Amino acid sequence: MAEILVLAEHDGEMVKKVTSELLTLARRFGEPAAVWIGPGSEAGRERLAEFGAAKVYVADGGDIQDYPVAPIAEVLAGLVARQSPAAVFLAATPEGKEVAGRLAVKAGSGVITDAVGLAAGDDGGLVAEQSIFGGAIIVQSRVRTGTPIIAVRPNSVAAEPAPAAAEIEPAGVEVTDAARAVKVTERVTAERGERPELTEAAIVVSGGRGVGNAENFALIEKLADSLGAAVGASRAATDAGWYPHQFQVGQTGKTVSPQLYLAVGISGAIQHRAGMQTAKTIMVINKDPEAPIFELADFGVVGDLFQVVPQLTGEIERRSGN
Amino acid sequence: MNIVVCMKQVPDTWAERTLRPDDSTLDRASVDGVINEIDEYAIEEGLRLAEAHGGEVTILTMGPEKATESIRKALSMGADKAVHLVDDGLAGSDALQTSAALAKVLGRTGFDLVILGSESTDARMGVLAAMLAERLGVPQVSLASKVEVDGSQLRVHRQADYGYDQIEATLPAVISVVEKINEPRYPSFKGIMAAKKKPVETLSLADAGIDAGEVGVASAATEVVSFAKRPPRQAGTVVKDEGDGGAKAAGFLAAQKFI
Repeated sequence: MAEILVLAEHDGEMVKKVTSELLTLARRFGEPAAVWIGPGSEAGRERLAEFGAAKVYVADGGDIQDYPVAPIAEVLAGLVARQSPAAVFLAATPEGKEVAGRLAVKAGSGVITDAVGLAAGDDGGLVAEQSIFGGAIIVQSRVRTGTPIIAVRPNSVAAEPAPAAAEIEPAGVEVTDAARAVKVTERVTAERGERPELTEAAIVVSGGRGVGNAENFALIEKLADSLGAAVGASRAATDAGWYPHQFQVGQTGKTVSPQLYLAVGISGAIQHRAGMQTAKTIMVINKDPEAPIFELADFGVVGDLFQVVPQLTGEIERRSGN
Repeated sequence: MNIVVCMKQVPDTWAERTLRPDDSTLDRASVDGVINEIDEYAIEEGLRLAEAHGGEVTILTMGPEKATESIRKALSMGADKAVHLVDDGLAGSDALQTSAALAKVLGRTGFDLVILGSESTDARMGVLAAMLAERLGVPQVSLASKVEVDGSQLRVHRQADYGYDQIEATLPAVISVVEKINEPRYPSFKGIMAAKKKPVETLSLADAGIDAGEVGVASAATEVVSFAKRPPRQAGTVVKDEGDGGAKAAGFLAAQKFI
């Protein structure tokens, strides 16, 4: 069976959920082989095995993890040339998409980003589903030149275990000095508690203009924590400085595709909808019954968020026994 | 410093955007074109860097004739000149082809710094800065929320999920910016008048030395197989809060097994 390379997303130890999803997806079309960049592959191997990686190609050493994007694309390009895989899957995160872009140039291959589904086409090739223009149009597209390079959005598929060997093998690709032209000298972490990553989270609770100020975002965070959710914000809220910009959901921010999306005090301009419309279930809390966000709601409450949210949080905590 | 800002004209997000039924490419003719929003931040950053360190800002656009309106707006913000790559043969080019065409033009203009917005509001791929850096063989410093230039040294905050990375690289380089980086200026009346006299060089494929067989929808490395309007979401339940809105919402979440 043809090999499919899956770039593992990890923090040097833990494998991210999206990687289990990509391995699950890859099993449908070939034999998944994970690619691990940087240290920690021994720690991450178990999870990769659990979700079906037959092999793990490891590129470590030389502080490779301190140089974003370019070295990763070099390693993948080397593996594509040597292994002739059927496809390369990456997570459609900002960095994953950049790696995909560089790899596409190196390999002379077509690249598709933000796939939310994959199927086999008439000729057996991969057909990717994308949701474009703020979710208004569903597109099926395919790569017709080179090795398909496909960046898949987190939460596009449910990860299912299917144990495999996950044999570790050195990637055997020399990273050039040119790929080390950009160095991370410091990683600065904003203190935001132990919440799941926004793009990966199964549940996202977002606050908008209706939240009113930065202090009130504590209400949104408390609701999110009761559900084990990530916190997002609309552009109105991040522009006003109420919540950090990296948590912005929308056309000029992050795109999320969670199981459940709670929009609180968000009117639902197209700019916001573009970032969340593919959520499976959408709940809305807004005092304006005319707010366009209600068009997307599976369940909506017209009411004052300062009354509804604390009651909802309390009820969730009571029901889940906290 | 020779700064080139890559700008894309996109359909206004507020308009209804569609694909053309014949070749499944974006219908650019039927909607108003505007400067891709994040590109305004790229232009602003270029202007600020030129004001601080001296140099010129050139706007580079690939797109149809009507992109001229957006070029004039960028010039009225204060950019010095523009290069417009315009040719019917470019229609339907994918990211791989677009990056090849832009890289070719950048080879002509030369550059110390190429600045892009992190992604466009129409295609939303977010790959172009990476592809250009790869093609030009220069450092890629993307997702910048802060840029400092010191001689040929570049220090940038690269936005990350957990906060940001402090990044160092040297010029020449390609950077992409996120909207946190600055607040774009509005064109002044003086700027609008001055823009009318600023030079705009238009290049055809032949002028730019680009092989017509390497661009356009016919030779794109990706293709749209089919597309359809998303079926409208089924109307959900909307309740008015009468003191029990939060409890009702919790009931819905419990029924859906979220709690």
